[in-house]
Amino acid sequence: MNSVGTDMTENNLPKSKLGSLQYDPAPESAAIAKLKSSYGLFINGKFTDPSKHEQFETINPATEKRLATISQGSTSDVDKAVKAARKAYDNVWSKTTGAERAKYLYRIARIIQERSRELAVVETLDNGKPIRESRDVDIPLAAAHYFYYAGWADKLEHAGFGNAPKPIGVAGQIIPWNFPLMMAAWKLAPALAAGNTCVLKPAETTPLSALLLGEILQQAGLPDGVVNIVTGDGATGSALVDHPGVDKIAFTGSTGVGRLIQQRVATSHKRLTLELGGKGANIVYEDAPIDEMIEGIIDGIFFNQGHVCCAGSRLLVQESIADDVLRRLVRRVEQLRVGDPMDKNTDIGAINSAEQLKRIKELVSYGEQEGATRYTSSCELPKKGFWFAPTVFADVSQSHRIAREEIFGPVLSVLTFRTPEEAITKANNTNYGLACGVWSEKGSRTLWTAERLRAGVVWANTYNKFDPTSPFGGTRESGFGREGGKHGLEAYLNV
Amino acid sequence: MSDRLEVRKTYKLLINGAFPRSESGRSYEVTSQKGEFLANAAQGSRKDIRDAVVAARAAQAKWWSLSAYNRGQVIYRLAEMAESRSDELVEFVKLSEGVNTEKAKASVAKAIDRIVWYAGWTDKISQVLGGANPVAGPFYNFSVPKPSGVIGVITPQDSSLEGFVECVIAPLAAGNSVIALASEKRPIPAVLLGEMTETSDFPAGVLNIITGITSELAPELASHEDIDGIDLEGVPASFADELAFSAAGSIKRVLRPSKKNQKNSIHRLRAFVETSTVWHTIGQ
Repeated sequence: MNSVGTDMTENNLPKSKLGSLQYDPAPESAAIAKLKSSYGLFINGKFTDPSKHEQFETINPATEKRLATISQGSTSDVDKAVKAARKAYDNVWSKTTGAERAKYLYRIARIIQERSRELAVVETLDNGKPIRESRDVDIPLAAAHYFYYAGWADKLEHAGFGNAPKPIGVAGQIIPWNFPLMMAAWKLAPALAAGNTCVLKPAETTPLSALLLGEILQQAGLPDGVVNIVTGDGATGSALVDHPGVDKIAFTGSTGVGRLIQQRVATSHKRLTLELGGKGANIVYEDAPIDEMIEGIIDGIFFNQGHVCCAGSRLLVQESIADDVLRRLVRRVEQLRVGDPMDKNTDIGAINSAEQLKRIKELVSYGEQEGATRYTSSCELPKKGFWFAPTVFADVSQSHRIAREEIFGPVLSVLTFRTPEEAITKANNTNYGLACGVWSEKGSRTLWTAERLRAGVVWANTYNKFDPTSPFGGTRESGFGREGGKHGLEAYLNV
Repeated sequence: MSDRLEVRKTYKLLINGAFPRSESGRSYEVTSQKGEFLANAAQGSRKDIRDAVVAARAAQAKWWSLSAYNRGQVIYRLAEMAESRSDELVEFVKLSEGVNTEKAKASVAKAIDRIVWYAGWTDKISQVLGGANPVAGPFYNFSVPKPSGVIGVITPQDSSLEGFVECVIAPLAAGNSVIALASEKRPIPAVLLGEMTETSDFPAGVLNIITGITSELAPELASHEDIDGIDLEGVPASFADELAFSAAGSIKRVLRPSKKNQKNSIHRLRAFVETSTVWHTIGQ
């Protein structure tokens, strides 16, 4: 353990045996992915070459090796996609009954389940996340999302938005790289159930699972143009935001980009929902169930390498137990297995891109400069690829950049509090308001806390749980609108 | 009696439960629809708005800490106050809007009934907009609508009381605190209603009313970083675009002027609430 300041290896806890256990490699096979060498844009039901013949490569962030060549969608490609979506809306989808829309969505859910292993491998190769997570979280939740919203398609009049709620029209949807296939599901499933057609722009660094989804939509027999998938960089997304033929923009990503989009959409007729950044507080009271709580804190910040908008990146611990919690945390961090994302035993995979790694390193260096105490796992990092060892900062104060800015990486900032009121004040002292955690065995205190937290999601004695029936989304500068549940329909209905 | 000198009234702002003049020291002349002098109204400033935001932020926590039942009673009490002073409201609606007494009476009656309607919503909004979510796991999961916080409301320019009530009472019923810009040329009915809130047990600062020039004041509401949402009902479309752009700076919730008649709709209750979802573990 590389510790600065206090020597945390000299603690009164029994030395962990797990840390010294060696695991045999248990790699998943990359061949399962069956990737093509290059992919076109999915427009009007067909994979087509980009109009300007511009391409870029998507790489495996764990090895920096090329995975496939991807098309850069231009403004004219976006235009084609929007026109295809409009035509499909006018001629086909708006005339398809809810019951029929439901059946397409059920088909999509089923094909995702059938191709789940392949999708999990592709997701891990392209994103760098551990195969255990893409296999057990991303892919099953994506399928579940289509299955859930399928059932809404012919029951919209019961959702509480009037007797005959109408779709909005053509939805432009821009998704991030942290949960590629799942984010596509969160956007497409409610939009299609409500009767909209879509143009989806996957993230530049993780386009592959969305392109496989294009194949799946073909297999499902979804009418041409109902969903169009245009890969590319920020310029592609920008063209989608500005296209006058789009009626609604749904964006998941950073608060900075979300602000620009809200400004751009302000002078148009377009409807908007935003799911932006966060700086989630994970509040630990002294009566918390200790073992579950330590695991929950770990899951809260290190799940998906911390590339999670709702990550519990600020730990607020009651002072009376702060030393003990920190000791246990530091010990647990040392046991996390960091490395090959394709290995089934891996806990923490690769950082998604060189750019993101740079951002993490920059904020971590501010953490050190501003006087916080850093503990970083002594794990060995692979030579190639983008890696950051799990890190905990203690002695963090509210004004530190690592307590205020979203790091979007495996870095936890630990702060302390004395009274529940102080915990609330500190937790709410942020411009964000996406998610928080509360750890206590006392139900009344948990609910008292949850009531006062300005956050869209509160996890009590758990963290980072997602479900298609459960609305997800932020308050304040974490955005507006909800994804999931009947609330998620509102974003795609003209209400 | 006829030679008694009339005691004239000064129409002031409502900020934090008090009735100050504008800190700017300005006032402007308000006339009837026919152009006759009605009153001097306070010409609020951007600083008045900033003061109101500080008050509204503190008051919102108090307002939300009341029971939903209690909030309903407070809003209902406002309807009682308005009913008992309805002659005065009718008089000023008539003069401000240039309508006859019958129409003014009908409008005031509708406004009061609308306050009653919203009073009844305070303890129903959670059940209508919230619910239990059947997640696949050992968790009890529920969603409730929480107020967005502090809302800036630019109330309609034409409908001096009915429109004001519709835009202002809805966010209050949802648990928000409000900073309202009254109709620029017809502010008196709103000022009167503000006076009535002070005999209705509203905590100070829950409703703040600023009179003055809309084009001067609205940009401050749109750009203020401690305002969570803005209702643009009382501005023309081109100005609404500009304000919506400005509001994006702090990711505000923006309610654009409504085109259609949404009379029995709860969209104004939906506009400024945040669905908050709690997951709690289930176990022995």
